[in-house]
Order: sequence, then structure tokens, then C-alpha cells
Amino acid sequence: MKYQSQKVALAYFVCAMALFGIQVIGGLLAGWIYVSPNFLSELLPFNIIRMIHTNALIVWLLLGFFGAAYFLVPEESEREIYSTKLAYIQLAILMIGTLGAVGSYLVGIHGGREFLEQPLWVKFGILVAALIFLFNISMTVLAGKKTAITNVLLMGLWLLSLLWVFAFINPDNLSLDKMYWWFVVHLWVEATWELVMAAILAFLLLKLTGVDREVVEKWLYVIVATALFSGILGTGHHFYWIGLPGYWQWVGSIFSTFEVVPFFLMMTFAFVMVWKGRKNHPNKAALLWSLGSSTVAFFGAGVWGFLHTLHGVNFYSHGTQITAAHGHLSFYGAYVALNLAVFTYAMPMLRNREPYNQVLNMVSFWLMTGGMAFMTFVLTFAGTIQTHMQRVVGDYYMDVQDALSIFYLMRFGAGIAVVVGAILFIYSVLVVRKSEVITPGAANPVAGE
Amino acid sequence: MAEFLTKSRARNIFYGGSLFFVVVFVAMSVHSHKYVVQVSTAGMPLSEEVVLGKHVWERHSCINCHTLHGEGAYFAPELGNVMTRWDVQDDPEAAYETLEGWMSSQPSGIEGRRQMPYFEITEEEMRGLAEFLRWADQTDTQGWPPNDAG
Repeated sequence: MKYQSQKVALAYFVCAMALFGIQVIGGLLAGWIYVSPNFLSELLPFNIIRMIHTNALIVWLLLGFFGAAYFLVPEESEREIYSTKLAYIQLAILMIGTLGAVGSYLVGIHGGREFLEQPLWVKFGILVAALIFLFNISMTVLAGKKTAITNVLLMGLWLLSLLWVFAFINPDNLSLDKMYWWFVVHLWVEATWELVMAAILAFLLLKLTGVDREVVEKWLYVIVATALFSGILGTGHHFYWIGLPGYWQWVGSIFSTFEVVPFFLMMTFAFVMVWKGRKNHPNKAALLWSLGSSTVAFFGAGVWGFLHTLHGVNFYSHGTQITAAHGHLSFYGAYVALNLAVFTYAMPMLRNREPYNQVLNMVSFWLMTGGMAFMTFVLTFAGTIQTHMQRVVGDYYMDVQDALSIFYLMRFGAGIAVVVGAILFIYSVLVVRKSEVITPGAANPVAGE
Repeated sequence: MAEFLTKSRARNIFYGGSLFFVVVFVAMSVHSHKYVVQVSTAGMPLSEEVVLGKHVWERHSCINCHTLHGEGAYFAPELGNVMTRWDVQDDPEAAYETLEGWMSSQPSGIEGRRQMPYFEITEEEMRGLAEFLRWADQTDTQGWPPNDAG
């Protein structure tokens, strides 16, 4: 850690991991209700648990992004953060807002637009916190050195904060409501968040592989260009069946097909940088998460997204378990794993020590990634059968769901692996054990045979 | 990567191209907004009852179990065409009575069956909710869903 003010990232990461815990436990409960539907049905209905599951996810990912920005901007700009006090105030507002939202969901006070259910005061809190953040981080960057990484990172964070305005716009007309809702939801995860992801990934690869900055930054601009060129009009793939004009079927199909490109490039970028890099960085776990994130993002967001994005396919698969499968693997690969990569990379520095618990950390990667992959496969099978029975044959929804119960049972098993992995990850990052589980061998480069 | 693509060229393509796509997207969104109001949802007035129904829909977070036009949670049936499925789309009174009958019998309590909670909803709100679902059902959604099962 070169700059004292980077330390604020520590508080952000710890809070993010606490909400990560709440998120996966919420997911496990929801998964169990699929298996045993009477569980908690009177006390804590499914819709409330699902709101906690999704909202906790969104906020912890944002906390991770904010923390990552506070960690990497000083190094990139080569100066201290404008105000650490503002950074802590911002974090306090976000945590009070989030816990307030969870509390109010538990007593039945919430909005009814998916993912944007936060009470109005929480929405304003998020807006205020975002403005504090933008001010604080922009002042830091403006006064210091400007790099492609900070340019792209700031652009992503500014745009995502501006798009939050649409969380306040809720037209009475349902189709308009849906259209503007996607301005937040799609243009976050399939446009602006990709900018943040690419910038953070570029920073990690720069540090972990030691490849020349010029090379890394050129890749970065190409990646984010393909992300926005495809992602902005790719919004059309959500506009097929909600009352919008028919031309979106072609615009959405064509442009969202190209949404695979930035994810393919990010994966290629990560592997090429490792291939070209000569640095033998001691933090192997961070490297695993960086490579893993870009790979799983390519499959979850790229491959599983393309699977049902063409309008001829989507006509039948829209709103089935296929969507759930894609949603889980894409969020995990692109945003969860990337955040965990940053935590893994930054935590030893924030605590002034050599990388620790790397074996446990890497075990948690395989547990979570294996669990999420299994979950995605079984939900994809469930969704395929559902699509056929319900959309082609015309069987009624609940009859079809009863036929899918084996997949929901397997999904719950996968969920257990993910939760165990998450707990192991949090443990490995927060608790410093004296020695590694497996002692690493000496770094002894040998000539090729 | 090829030599002609320098870092500054890549940056300029990124900024210029993104701006272009933003402009196209905004223009198409303006057109779509007008299309929704004048064409796809114009089959039935957006009455006060419908708006009340939408608020009831939101207050109880129905979207976190059901889907509406295919969006939402996937835990409970699609409701964008529920009035057609119940064969009451053209009869507001029957729509209200069917919805009222369904919702007042929840939760079913049947073992092994997904449970819908009981919601405290006044008669006026229930009528609004029925009208909201009829309004959603008459929206031109390009022929989706493929059949009445939703």
C-alpha cells in the first residue's frame, strides 16, 4: 500500500463481504423454498426473501466497486484521496440505507419494481452517496495523473450514477415503466458495469503480470468500445415482448449477439497478459480469481446470454428458468468473481502483510465456481424442459413446475457448495492463519525441456 | 494488436462510437415512447382504477414471485395474460370476482404446494388490480406469450 488513504478500501471490502454473506444465505433460503414450499411461507414469504437476495447482491457489488476505486485510484493518480472523511460518510450512508431497506422489507415496506424495491429515502441515500463518491474520486483524479484505467473507471461510475435517476421515474403506463426500468437494469449490467469491470481487470492484470501499460490500456479501450457499441442497442433484447415496437426484435437480436465480443476479449486479454507477463507475482489466488472471473463471465454473460437472446428463441424461452440460469452465472462470473479478485489482491496490502491463506482462498474459488456451474446446468435443463412443456405444448405453469422438482433439489445442493465456498472465502480473507495449508515450493525457474 | 491501432486511436473510436450509439438509442427510445402511448397500450384507457391497481401490484411486490410480460421472478405463474387464461378479459365484473375469489382463498396451506400469501386488500383496490391486469393483458406484446399457459 503506497498511499495511506487507500486504507478506506478495507472498510468497504469488509462491509461488502458482510452483505455477501446475507445475499448467499438469502439465496439458500429461496432455493430451499423451491424444494419445500411450505417453509417460512407465512412468516417470510418468497418475494421478501428474493428481494433481500437480489438487493444485498447489488449493494455489495457496488460497495466492492467503490472500494476498488478508492484502492486503485491513488495508485493510478499517484496521490492521496481527496477526502477520506467523505469516503467513510459515503460508506455509512450506504450501510444505513441497505440495512434500513432489509429491515423495512422484513416488516413489509417496499416498492414493487424488481431490484428497485428500496423505500424512497433509501433511494435518495444511494443518490447522495453516489454524488459524494463522484465528487471525492473526481477531485482526486483531476488533481493527479490521468490514465486510461481511471478514465474508463470514472466514466463507468459517472454513467451508472446518472442512470440511477431512472430509478425515480416510474410511469403509470406499465410498458413505459418497463422501458425506463431497463435504462437502469440493462445499462448497468450490460454497459456501464462492464466499463468498471474492464478497468478493474486491467488494473489487476497490470499489477499481477507486469505487462507494459501501453499494451494493457490499448486493450482496455478496445474492450470497452465493443462493450458499448454492442450493449447500448443490445438493450433491445429486453424490448421484444413488453409492448414496444417490433423493430427491436431485429435491433436487439443483432446487437446483443455482439455483446459476446467484449466478454470474449476480456477473457483473451487476461490469458494473453499472463502469457506475455514476466512477473512472478506472489498472490496466486488473485491471479486465479482474475482469470476465473473473465472466463466465467464469458460463459455466463456471453455464451449463456447468446443462448436465448435471438428473438426467435426468446419468444419461447423468455421468463423461464433459462433466464434464471443465465442471470446466476453471469452475475457470478462478471461481477462477484471480479470483486473477490480485488479483495484477494488488495487485502494483504491493506493489512500490511504478504499474501496469506492462498490455498483456502483457491479452494473457495473452485467450490463457488463449481457450485455456480452446477446450478447453471441444472437450471438450464429445467428451463429447457419448461420451455418445451409450457411454451410449446401449452401445459399449465404449476404442472410444469411439479415436473421440475428434481432440478430444484439439485440446485439446492449446488447452493450449499456456493455458501460453503463463500464462508470459506470470507474466512480466508478476514482471518490470518499462521501458515499455509500446503507450503508452496521454492520459486525456481527451470529451462524448458 | 495491429500497429495502426494506437492507444489514442482506440480511445477516440471508443468515445466517438459510443456517442453515436447513444444518439441512435435515444432517438429510438423517443419513438418507442410514443408508440407505447399511441399504439400498443391504446386499446384501453389508462384509468384511475388501472393506476391504483398498479400501485397495489407494486406495494405487495407481486413481481418477486410472478412474471408480468415475462419479467420478474419465476416462482409463480405469468400474469400478463392471466385474464385471458381465466377467460374474463372482456368482462370487468367477472375479472374482479375471479381475482377476488382466488386471492381470498390464499394461502392454500396444501402441503408441498407453493404458497401465495394472504394480502389485506380493500374492494376498491381489488377492482383496481383486476383492471390493471386487464389493461396489461390488452397490451400489444408482439404476440407473446406463445399460448394461454403464459
